[in-house]
Amino acid sequence: MMFGAFITIWLTNSDYLGVNFWLAVPIALLIMGALGYLLDMVVLQRMFGQPQIAVVILTIALGFILRFAAGAIWGHEPQSLEFPFAGSAIRLGDLVLGIEEVAVIVVTLLLTLVLYLFFNQTKLGMGMQAASQNQLAAYYMGIPVKRIQSLVWGLGGVVAAIAGILFASKGAIDPSSGLLGIKAFAAAVIGGMGSLPGALIGGIIIGMVEPFAQYFLDPQSARIAPYMILLLVLILRPAGLFAQMQKKKV
Amino acid sequence: MSLLTLENVTLKFGGLVAVNNVSFHVGEGEVFSLVGPNGAGKSTVFNLISRFYDPFEGDIRFQGDSILKMRSDQVPSLGIARTFQNIELFEQSTVLQNLLVGRHRHRKSNLVSEIFFAPSVRDEERRHRAVVEEVIDFLELQAFRDKYIAGLPYGVRKVVELARALATEPKILLLDEPASGLSVEETQDMIFWVEDIKKQMGITVLMVEHDMSLVAAASDRVLALADGKELAIGTAAEVQSHPAVIEAYLGTGGRASDE
Amino acid sequence: MRFVFKRSYDADIKLFKHRPQALWYLALFIFVLALPWLVDEFFLGEATNVLIWAIAGMGLMLLVGHAGQASLGHAAFMAVGCYTNIIMIERGVPFLISFPLSGIIAGFVGVLVALPVLRLHGIYLAIATLAVSVLSDDFIVILEPWTGGVTGLVAPNIDIFGLEIDRYGTPVEFYFLTLLVTLAVLVGYRNLLRAPLGRAFTALRDSEISAQAMGVNIRRTKAIAFGISCGVTGLAGGLLGYYATAFNNETFNLVLSIQLLLMIVIGGLGSIHGAFFGAIVIGFLPQFIAITRDGISGVLGLGSVTIPGIESGVFAVILISFILFEPLGIYGRWIKIRTYFELFPFYRKNMFKRQKSFLKTERMR
Repeated sequence: MMFGAFITIWLTNSDYLGVNFWLAVPIALLIMGALGYLLDMVVLQRMFGQPQIAVVILTIALGFILRFAAGAIWGHEPQSLEFPFAGSAIRLGDLVLGIEEVAVIVVTLLLTLVLYLFFNQTKLGMGMQAASQNQLAAYYMGIPVKRIQSLVWGLGGVVAAIAGILFASKGAIDPSSGLLGIKAFAAAVIGGMGSLPGALIGGIIIGMVEPFAQYFLDPQSARIAPYMILLLVLILRPAGLFAQMQKKKV
Repeated sequence: MSLLTLENVTLKFGGLVAVNNVSFHVGEGEVFSLVGPNGAGKSTVFNLISRFYDPFEGDIRFQGDSILKMRSDQVPSLGIARTFQNIELFEQSTVLQNLLVGRHRHRKSNLVSEIFFAPSVRDEERRHRAVVEEVIDFLELQAFRDKYIAGLPYGVRKVVELARALATEPKILLLDEPASGLSVEETQDMIFWVEDIKKQMGITVLMVEHDMSLVAAASDRVLALADGKELAIGTAAEVQSHPAVIEAYLGTGGRASDE
Repeated sequence: MRFVFKRSYDADIKLFKHRPQALWYLALFIFVLALPWLVDEFFLGEATNVLIWAIAGMGLMLLVGHAGQASLGHAAFMAVGCYTNIIMIERGVPFLISFPLSGIIAGFVGVLVALPVLRLHGIYLAIATLAVSVLSDDFIVILEPWTGGVTGLVAPNIDIFGLEIDRYGTPVEFYFLTLLVTLAVLVGYRNLLRAPLGRAFTALRDSEISAQAMGVNIRRTKAIAFGISCGVTGLAGGLLGYYATAFNNETFNLVLSIQLLLMIVIGGLGSIHGAFFGAIVIGFLPQFIAITRDGISGVLGLGSVTIPGIESGVFAVILISFILFEPLGIYGRWIKIRTYFELFPFYRKNMFKRQKSFLKTERMR
């Protein structure tokens, strides 16, 4: 996510390459998608057969490497993304929204819809779901599991990059911003793994809890609110709110 | 004297009735087999006795007392041991270590004494080891004692499953498809072992099995299940020739045959 | 080739398998004891650091490597151990009581945290512990009157019956103190592993269902595993407080938790040696990087370059290489090398091949 944002900055910002924003975005997405795909092909496929937790540890380690790489290339100072419409705003009655915020809302809703349709309606999307639920069976059904997995990672890279760009447009970022990804985990878990609308709702909950809590409690306690909710959900409804989880018959 | 009794036991998974009003009792010292086509609910009965599931209705009694209030990890202390159809051994440990876990229900040491490895713990360990060695001798697993499960062939793993259950020194042994996947010779060995378990060790055996040669050779009584319901009960020969059983296995118009 | 003849059951119960092995460890022990006289102060400090990491590593190893429960939050327990120790000392409790007590308290907190999350497995448990780690960071700041919040606390000198020990003033004494704790934890850990509880832990890791069928109380065993693990890590935290002399909530952040986990994976999951190997890697990594960097810039004629974050980066690269090429960690590679020499020339490459299994989703359990 962080890396995607930085690549876009690199492409667009006048201090760097100064490419047109609307051109830079697809390029950045492409780069990140390719990166995700390559990552899976080169690294993750060798982990075939190892427990899930090993992959988690591996990706965490990759996060460290990316942070280091970003710092080495672009420095550790916070930078912000030059957004073409910065400054203008939209008025809806009494509500004033900065154009960046509108962009965030629109893109998020659009993305959720597109991904939802993709996973549920297209062959590729359903293939991805199948591969995630039972690899062996997917193989038997003729699904090229390895290629699909790489595509999944590519897709993940693209979506993360989009998130990164949106995030960067709202404020400054530095290489450590990637740690925000933890909240992404929380959002996915709360919504329930395997459910896209769930992830969206989870994200909204996480995002809203903090400012709301700040309103009622002191800022310090407010910071822990999202994580407390995460723990609560894990304890009471580990599958998340909209999960695909069922009990296995032994 | 009935050792284990199931009375009107029913279990549903959502709309599917896995076990439908099943009742039977297993007498002390006998070998009792559950047979039936796949999906008949046989393993489910085992899982009910092991307390992995709670029955919707009915009672399960061991030595006269209901066990429905017990947790699954309390069941071994009653003297009920079981094997698993799809081998659930500890892959990253040796055969010996697997068998020693079977002794867990006889554990007398506590956390503190174990951290300091008090002499009492050492004595306990020697005793456990002695019992496990007897099981190893009985099932001829000496060659595999220090080998990791992950490298063992299927037939040997099945035997280790049996050994681990025996190591708990049970009163009743629940065997879930002990012969599945075994060759003819290995099945022959299994027949001898089940007979020895009954005659030499006096352990009651409740067995789920498809292999009719094992069932016919070793069982005292047989109960046939299909679709969660009882079909017939009696000796192996009686059950095999029962019309309802024949229908369940082969459909109408056919004769029962040995597997 | 070495054949070990076992004449009694004790051969498998004893701590050392055979004479030569015991002698090797004895030699290692003597070396470790003599260290203060062999190396300079700086290196001794580094060695102490490695020992502290090893203790924390052993704590986490027990939970992750042997009991099979994931934890991305152990820095939180180091914090508990550290803070409770200092808080008690500030209120006049003698070190000899407060130090072990802080470990016990950390253990209790571990159990408390574990109880609600006992049902969770794999990635869900990891995320829950991650949340705990992040929360502890904030909790420390919230409890400011006790913990000094963001400013943190300063660790006073250790006082044992008048003998004053501090990290810089008396490095040798501090080293021996740390060594003592390391050895105590080591022996306790080893004892647990050869006792029924140790087997219960591995049973828990490999097959919860059949462990239950053998009479292992899953909830209780998991809680105990968490308790011991967090207690040991708490002790390491206490020592870390003295080593760092000053600390605040940032000292025990999420990155530390992650580093601990990465460290034991590199060392070799499932073995006590793994904790030590991992500790050596993470302890000496900064030095190693500095030396290589100077070496490289010397060869290339560049000025001295400081690259921030390079430690995490290199560490991560090492981890990934291990996961890909040697999932058994350093200890695993060591075993393979040793077996190669023992069995020479009969060593077969696939002796340690792990059974690969197709991935099944964790959503169906």
